[in-house]
Amino acid sequence: MNNIAALPLLQLSSIGKQFGGLSALSDVSLHIRRGEIYGLIGPNGAGKTTLFNVITGLYQANAGEFQFNGHSYKACKPHVLAQAGIARTFQNIRLFANLTALENVMIGRHLRTRAGVFGALLHNLATRNEERAIAKRAGELLHYVGIEKPGQTLAKHLSYGEQRRLEIARALATDPLLLALDEPAAGMNATETESLKALLQMIRASGITVLLIEHDVKLIMGLCDRVAVLDYGKKIAEGIPEEVRLNPGVIAAYLGGGDE
Amino acid sequence: MEILLQQIINGLVQGSVYALVALGYTMVYGILGLINFAHGEVVMVGAMLALSALTALLGWGVPPLLALPISLILAMLGCMVLGYGIERIAYRPLRHAPRLAPLITAIGVSIVLQNLAMMVWGRQYHAFPQLIANQPHLIGGAIINDIQIIIFIMALAIMAGLMVVVHRTRLGRAMRAVAENQHAAQLMGVDINRVISITFMLGSALAAVAGLMVSANYGLAHYYMGFLLGLKAFTAAVLGGIGNLRGAMLGGLLLGLIESLGAGYIGDMTGGFLGSHYQDVFAFFVLIAVLVFRPSGLLGERIAERA
Repeated sequence: MNNIAALPLLQLSSIGKQFGGLSALSDVSLHIRRGEIYGLIGPNGAGKTTLFNVITGLYQANAGEFQFNGHSYKACKPHVLAQAGIARTFQNIRLFANLTALENVMIGRHLRTRAGVFGALLHNLATRNEERAIAKRAGELLHYVGIEKPGQTLAKHLSYGEQRRLEIARALATDPLLLALDEPAAGMNATETESLKALLQMIRASGITVLLIEHDVKLIMGLCDRVAVLDYGKKIAEGIPEEVRLNPGVIAAYLGGGDE
Repeated sequence: MEILLQQIINGLVQGSVYALVALGYTMVYGILGLINFAHGEVVMVGAMLALSALTALLGWGVPPLLALPISLILAMLGCMVLGYGIERIAYRPLRHAPRLAPLITAIGVSIVLQNLAMMVWGRQYHAFPQLIANQPHLIGGAIINDIQIIIFIMALAIMAGLMVVVHRTRLGRAMRAVAENQHAAQLMGVDINRVISITFMLGSALAAVAGLMVSANYGLAHYYMGFLLGLKAFTAAVLGGIGNLRGAMLGGLLLGLIESLGAGYIGDMTGGFLGSHYQDVFAFFVLIAVLVFRPSGLLGERIAERA
């Protein structure tokens, strides 16, 4: 099993996804190496979020399969893929609004902890110790992503930027190998985007591979090792940011609108 | 004055049973948005199972003080299996169906359970054996007996325990997360089917306790007893704000009080025209009033505390 480390962390093979007659993804193949920051860009409706939903198990692909960390996945429940080490955030924030910030992160520890029904009912020593350890780790993660408000603050009372960071902390709590972020900088101002960039670099430095959907081209170009471009559900380009930026097909599909 | 106190005591005892049953409705509603109309029948099955176990154990010469907890545990286990089965067979296949489909299924499950119980236990009333001396105590002119004291204290302890589980443990956190957003909870590695199954099982265990309490308090069990009890507990859950745990407890106790005080004074209020057998009218009067004036219930303004 030594060769697992040499394989790409995530390898998509000819993934296809149809909604009725609409082909949201067709024949998408790509691979993400361990430890890189991989960007996924493309115009609205290009299929980026659909691809995220496929690799996190929210959608089942109609065609193709993907390999993650040496295992093949075709139709899998989200919690199984979370267990395998894929964590994500959403384009529109989906926190547990009425749980506290700390509890949101503690939920992320769910699959890395044991205590079952009887532990919960008996509330025995092992359960209490585990709870304390989870709470401690969750507190550390809040600090790590830069949330300085008390952990007892309800998630819905955090600022927008903090909610985005809380989503990242919750995803990190699952101890992922791959962190998939769906437009994390959406709605952020330049300063917030800058500190998000620093956070993502810190996360990568800690050994976690990052997959990033983003419209902020400056962020993508400054952060990603490699970039793939989707258009109408097809991969039209892939490579280092500089190459992709000069690719005529990409310019036509995405940058050619004159707004970049 | 003695009558007032007596009615308050009766109301609180009855209300604590409603609260236990209402919790089962509200937990399932909080997580699935489904009114599990079969829940009242689970209470009935709990009572019947406990009674059968008790009769058998006493027949074998097991001392009453040992037989009672054993039959309670057996009834709880039986109801947990039943609750798991109901969810698995009747509701899970309809998880993504239009809301009306599981609701109608729930009524169907309720009818099936009633008829099965009638076949197993017959149509007659079953007397609950006299197990403990059941001493009456005099408080300020009102009477409260041992069974009532045990019911009330046990119900409060169970409710407190449930709050600890929901708010202080990993399981409870998962339940609250699933209630808020199933997709996000799944992506955090929460197995939502497991959480939903456990929720049904917890609710059914509470129903079994309530079933034993009701039959001990009235000294009777019957295959049809779950119907009215279930409707009243549902009313209690709506009164408190369905989906809200604290609401279910408050609603249960309030409904018990309203019913008991209403039954105690309706004779005086109508000059003897209506008697205490109109007791059941109050629960449904409350249901209509809540739905008209405050559909979200007393504590229901926030969808916050949904378990």
